[in-house]
Amino acid sequence: MAGLVIEARGISRHFAGVRAVEDVDLHVEAGEAVALFGPNGAGKTTLLRMLATLLRPTRGDLRLFGRSVADGGGYARRRIGFLSHQSFLYPDLTPTENLEFYARMFRVAAPAARVRDLLEQVGLLGWAHRPVRTLSRGLEQRCALARALLHEPDLLLMDEPFSGLDVDAVNMLSETLRQAHARGTTLMMTTHDLAQGFALCQRALILVRGRLLWSGLIQEQEREPFERTYLAAAHAVDARPA
Amino acid sequence: MIQALRRAADTVLPVLTLLTVAAAIFMVFVYVPTDRLQGIVQRIFYFHVPLAMMSFAAFGLVAIASILFLWQGSRFWDRLAHSCAEVGMVFCTLVLVTGPIWARPIWGTWWTWDARLTTTLILWLIYAAYLMLRTVSASGGQEARYAAVLGIVGAVDIPIINRSVYWWRTIHPAVLITREGGSGLGDPRMQATFGVCLIAFLLLFVWLVWVRNESGRLRDAVEELHQQLLAPERR
Amino acid sequence: MFALIRKDLQIEFRTKETLASLLMLGLLTLVVLSFALDPTSELRAEAAPGALWVAVIFAGVLGLSRSFLVERENDCLQGLLLCPVDRGTIYLAKTAGNFLFMMVAQLIIVPIFVFFFNLPATPALAGVFLALFLGVLGFAAVGTLFAAISVRTRAREVMLPLLLLPLVIPIFIGGVKITARVLAGKPLAEVAQWLNLVGGFDVIFLVVGWLVFEYAVEE
Repeated sequence: MAGLVIEARGISRHFAGVRAVEDVDLHVEAGEAVALFGPNGAGKTTLLRMLATLLRPTRGDLRLFGRSVADGGGYARRRIGFLSHQSFLYPDLTPTENLEFYARMFRVAAPAARVRDLLEQVGLLGWAHRPVRTLSRGLEQRCALARALLHEPDLLLMDEPFSGLDVDAVNMLSETLRQAHARGTTLMMTTHDLAQGFALCQRALILVRGRLLWSGLIQEQEREPFERTYLAAAHAVDARPA
Repeated sequence: MIQALRRAADTVLPVLTLLTVAAAIFMVFVYVPTDRLQGIVQRIFYFHVPLAMMSFAAFGLVAIASILFLWQGSRFWDRLAHSCAEVGMVFCTLVLVTGPIWARPIWGTWWTWDARLTTTLILWLIYAAYLMLRTVSASGGQEARYAAVLGIVGAVDIPIINRSVYWWRTIHPAVLITREGGSGLGDPRMQATFGVCLIAFLLLFVWLVWVRNESGRLRDAVEELHQQLLAPERR
Repeated sequence: MFALIRKDLQIEFRTKETLASLLMLGLLTLVVLSFALDPTSELRAEAAPGALWVAVIFAGVLGLSRSFLVERENDCLQGLLLCPVDRGTIYLAKTAGNFLFMMVAQLIIVPIFVFFFNLPATPALAGVFLALFLGVLGFAAVGTLFAAISVRTRAREVMLPLLLLPLVIPIFIGGVKITARVLAGKPLAEVAQWLNLVGGFDVIFLVVGWLVFEYAVEE
């Protein structure tokens, strides 16, 4: 699948006086893996939610899969998977029930079989019939990952997916993402973890105080100099009088 | 061009309002003859009825502004809805206060459950809910949309509420006859007074909404500037 | 849409919290009102329909807010919004679920009501159920919309009744009228205008809710 998956021009998002995201231009092509870095409060989550059609941009033009979201985001949602630190799983239902529900909502073919496959893939078969509230956070996140991948999305958006995971889960997530990327899925993640970001992604963006301050290819960076650039940019902004 | 209009409104509106309100007061207390049946208290009627009409009209405006806000997304309509709601609430409260003052000497009770008064009471409750919703919403920016939803649903509901309360009343033997509207205005001086009062309150409403709206607009403008100062430069 | 209703039913099946709250609050209200109305006075029979509807509405408000509290944990509402599903459809599904829960609760509350208030168990009860059917439908229609809103405000327990009660007054009046007439043995034709009013209310607000729900849940 060729073409621009995400095309944002000057998008902004204001909440009652706070400019969470301001005037961001962004292009993501099919099959890319992009890491979005930025200090806390920079607006990364807000930007990601806009790309997932959960928030409407206050200003600017956002096109997903070639169509503008202004017409309503339904066409895009079918092809987007979203992973956040909230799992979006109903705590009283089991993983199987949760996933089958979402499978039906996304009109996945042969839902029961697909759910079983995914549970196996993320290693949750043993827990498939216990309510989600009894699962540890790591297991819950695995189920959330299964939920995000259920409908084989072309675009996978992830908000700090590695936060709070144990080593096992981190490895599994890394591996799953690598496989998805190899299949041609476009990835975009926000993270504080520079190492993971560097390992998985080709491109990096830095968002500070809602504005995109820097964008470039990861191969051209080495980690340490990049870290310095990143910290310098973040501090320069913080130093301005509030 | 807009600035000129604004300045014009800022100066002309208060003056006009003041003049008509003064004229209204004069007419109500001095000019108009005392009603034969009801006595001096009847003069409240000239305030009460225009206030009531404006309260309902105000909510209608809230609803229209709400629809436009949801459809277009411009803050202008939201501010307008909010201003109309606040002023409308004040007017509605006054209606509910002047009503009993008028009713007590005439009918002997403070409150009757007649259709109009009850509907006004419910309108007041909906106004209160609307304004409370604005203060109590958690995430910023959302309260405008929630309030707009309430505005629309409320306005659609009011006629239904009125109809149902009216039917409710006519099945029970009415304790008191429903209050007449303008049917007792035989004397042309009374009609004139009523007309002037109506215009006076209309202008008062417009002016108050204008003032409230301006203060809202200025507050938003200050907030905008504040945000612009905070923003980092682009690389 | 059925997937949504099925999901809500599944959750309810497992926790039974909504039904329990509806039943308990409904029963408690009936009990309290029974104390308020002297069992020996004739006033009691006249006030009975009102008592039933007060119980229905108070319990209903609680049940309604629960239907969206369910979506708050783990931010499931966002998960729902991510699905390629029309927001209006979500509204209808939630309304249907709420309606079902409330009607199931009525199956138990009405017999208890008849029991407490010493009413004859005549076929007139079918008329009472008709009134409840229409009334609860409208109540669910408006209530689901505002439950979605009030669950995301700070004062959420207070907000829903505050918003909802003034708006459902036509249903309350209509419901009580129909119930009173029916229990007095009058034919349904007499309350035709009330049936029309409540039915009209239902249709109007189902449509309005369907149109406007996206503004209540999206950001």
